[in-house]
Amino acid sequence: MLAEWQYIGIFVALSPIFPLAPVVLNRLLGPHRPNPIKQQTYECGIETVGDTWIQFKVQYYIYALVFVVFDIEAVFLFPIAAAFGQLDLFAIGAAVLFIFLLSDGLIYAWSRGVLEWV
Amino acid sequence: MNILDLLKSLLSLSLGDFIRRNFGTGPGTELLIDLGGVVILSTFCLLIVIFLIWLTRKIVARMQDRIGPNRVGGRFGLLQTVADVMKLLSKEVIHPAGADWVAFNAAPLLIVISALLMWAVMPFAPGVIGVNLNIGVFYILAISSASVMVILLAGWGSNNKYALLGAFRAVAQMVSYEVPMILALLVPIILASTMSTEGIIAAQTLPFILFAPVSALIFFVSSLAETGRTPFDLLEAESEIVAGFHIEYSGMKFGMFFLAEFLNTLFMSGLVVTLYLGGYRFFGLENWVSADGYPYGRLIGLAAFFAKTFLLYFIYDWIRGTLPRVRVDQILNFNWKFLVPLSLALVFFVAIVDKLIPPGTNVVVRMTIHLLLNILIAAVALELLRRRGRQNRLAMSAGGGSGGVEAVAGHGGGHDDHGHDGPQPIEDVPDVLDTPLGAREPVVIPVH
Amino acid sequence: MSQQIIFFILAAITLTSAVVVVTIRNLFHAALALMVSFLGVAGVYVLLEAPFLGMAQLLVYIGAISILIIFAIMMTRRLMQTNESPFNAQAVGALIGAGLALAILFIVIIRFYPMAPGDGFGQSAMVVDPATLQSSVARMGRSFVSAEAYVLPFEVASVLLLAALVGSIVIAWPHRGEEDNQ
Repeated sequence: MLAEWQYIGIFVALSPIFPLAPVVLNRLLGPHRPNPIKQQTYECGIETVGDTWIQFKVQYYIYALVFVVFDIEAVFLFPIAAAFGQLDLFAIGAAVLFIFLLSDGLIYAWSRGVLEWV
Repeated sequence: MNILDLLKSLLSLSLGDFIRRNFGTGPGTELLIDLGGVVILSTFCLLIVIFLIWLTRKIVARMQDRIGPNRVGGRFGLLQTVADVMKLLSKEVIHPAGADWVAFNAAPLLIVISALLMWAVMPFAPGVIGVNLNIGVFYILAISSASVMVILLAGWGSNNKYALLGAFRAVAQMVSYEVPMILALLVPIILASTMSTEGIIAAQTLPFILFAPVSALIFFVSSLAETGRTPFDLLEAESEIVAGFHIEYSGMKFGMFFLAEFLNTLFMSGLVVTLYLGGYRFFGLENWVSADGYPYGRLIGLAAFFAKTFLLYFIYDWIRGTLPRVRVDQILNFNWKFLVPLSLALVFFVAIVDKLIPPGTNVVVRMTIHLLLNILIAAVALELLRRRGRQNRLAMSAGGGSGGVEAVAGHGGGHDDHGHDGPQPIEDVPDVLDTPLGAREPVVIPVH
Repeated sequence: MSQQIIFFILAAITLTSAVVVVTIRNLFHAALALMVSFLGVAGVYVLLEAPFLGMAQLLVYIGAISILIIFAIMMTRRLMQTNESPFNAQAVGALIGAGLALAILFIVIIRFYPMAPGDGFGQSAMVVDPATLQSSVARMGRSFVSAEAYVLPFEVASVLLLAALVGSIVIAWPHRGEEDNQ
């Protein structure tokens, strides 16, 4: 099995070259005339006032949170799905209970109004 | 080492076997084959994007009733993308003031690396695959999940409010749509009882889209949102937040983001083909081995795979040329209030029903049962949407004031939300209009 | 032999980035270094013939938890102004604690996983049947739901996840009355 992952390992080791080559080429071929006006961050043509920070909505955090829970659910569900052919009805019942409990969490979040994008 | 042998191996896409025949099967040859495979795959990926960009421009142009590139490289503008690449290469690389050097430079590289890494498990033809991992689909999921982080890097590293805002929104969208994607991916794995991509193709005596069309649809829509394509392309909408998280990138670094998007889209098309349309299968012809032992059937498999993949890519572009952009709250509401419950219910019922079917039944019977289940689930979902849409419309018209509001009763289907009100005093007009999924949009008041 | 080299590289990456996480001033860079160490750990899992776990590490830690961490940093800190000193005055206590933990770990591993003759440094002479390895994910899935294996911890895990979700929503979401001035 490690032989399979050797391919992935080589891929990971070699793949930085493919995006790096055009970027380096760009560095070599493009002009270099930095001046402070050019390097100002874009703000619809006016100058930036104040530090760069924005109002962070808690909504972003909630979405990431619910995603974490479903992500871990996926980590459990994928092996069960991979072994599906060998499972009996009791096993499927256990898996279905698992899914049901987690959809319970989703229903709670929905009813609490947490999933609205205000 | 026979030249004819080499030529025949090249033609039948079995170069790996050729090398093993002539140089033995030690670890050194395996390393060489892997190395060669990586180089070929990466070069193919980079070259196909050049073709893809041209193809997209032509298709979208025709849909918008214009011609598209037709000057560079002949009547069809075939070298347009090459010219674009050369233009990007000659642009100045501008580093915005205060940009975080590590994040700003790493992001374009990492996004291309993650787009490339996914291709390792894409089955092009029987035996023509980077590596047939046992956990192929899970690997794809892991890599695409890791690539979400890179967008945050790009947005934060640019030291720009709009880039950061765009990055947050992009991450929120991509992270939200991963949930139905994960759940929809479970269905082909359940049906094939394996996570390896070649295994799923091998289990598709009948393509899985006949077994689980709802799952295919959910996966397709989620992949639209994952790759940031219309109608979910709020991330790069010029009218919204001017190119989103890659505002500050110029030259080839911007080109890398572009490259990654097209590569991702083609990969998702290939994945839909693999999981639901039978991959490289073509009525068994792809397994044909000629009399002298060369598997020429692989060429047929390759052609079938590319035909199906480009058909699906055309559908992606078709949607891009046709549908308008969806608002961010509509996107997220649609995901969490419709797609996620639907896909949860789907996995729920597919698992139960698949176990209840006795193991020896004919595959056509199995397919019909699953198809009926999917139609049932889709019908229930659409009916629920219709009911909620009607409820919302009635609630709006009932609470909408006494000034003679006549909400036009639109056709059923839950997505109709344009109740045009007649002229009436401003105070009585409800200022929000509820679509069934709870999104809000202001009513357009006709000014007389 | 090549496995040893790869392991050393991965271990070096993981340890260096872990040290960077703890010592660097810029909080965002610390989060990035944390992600690199997650990558290193994923690589070690793959090297230990547990690729599913490695990919799960990638999926959950880098795909979800890193995003949570970065969001948390951004919610509570201004950008580009993350320059607190990471050191406090408890170096001696920390060293003693770390040394004790290392000693305990060492003793436990040596006692419960003794090296047999034929083992090389970091390698066991035990060989696992390749067919068993191939089907390890399916067997793990089966053990999650079979009554004589881990079905109870599996269900308890789902209840735990539910509790985590509900708890974090209760903490993170303002009460009904405060929704307007959020």
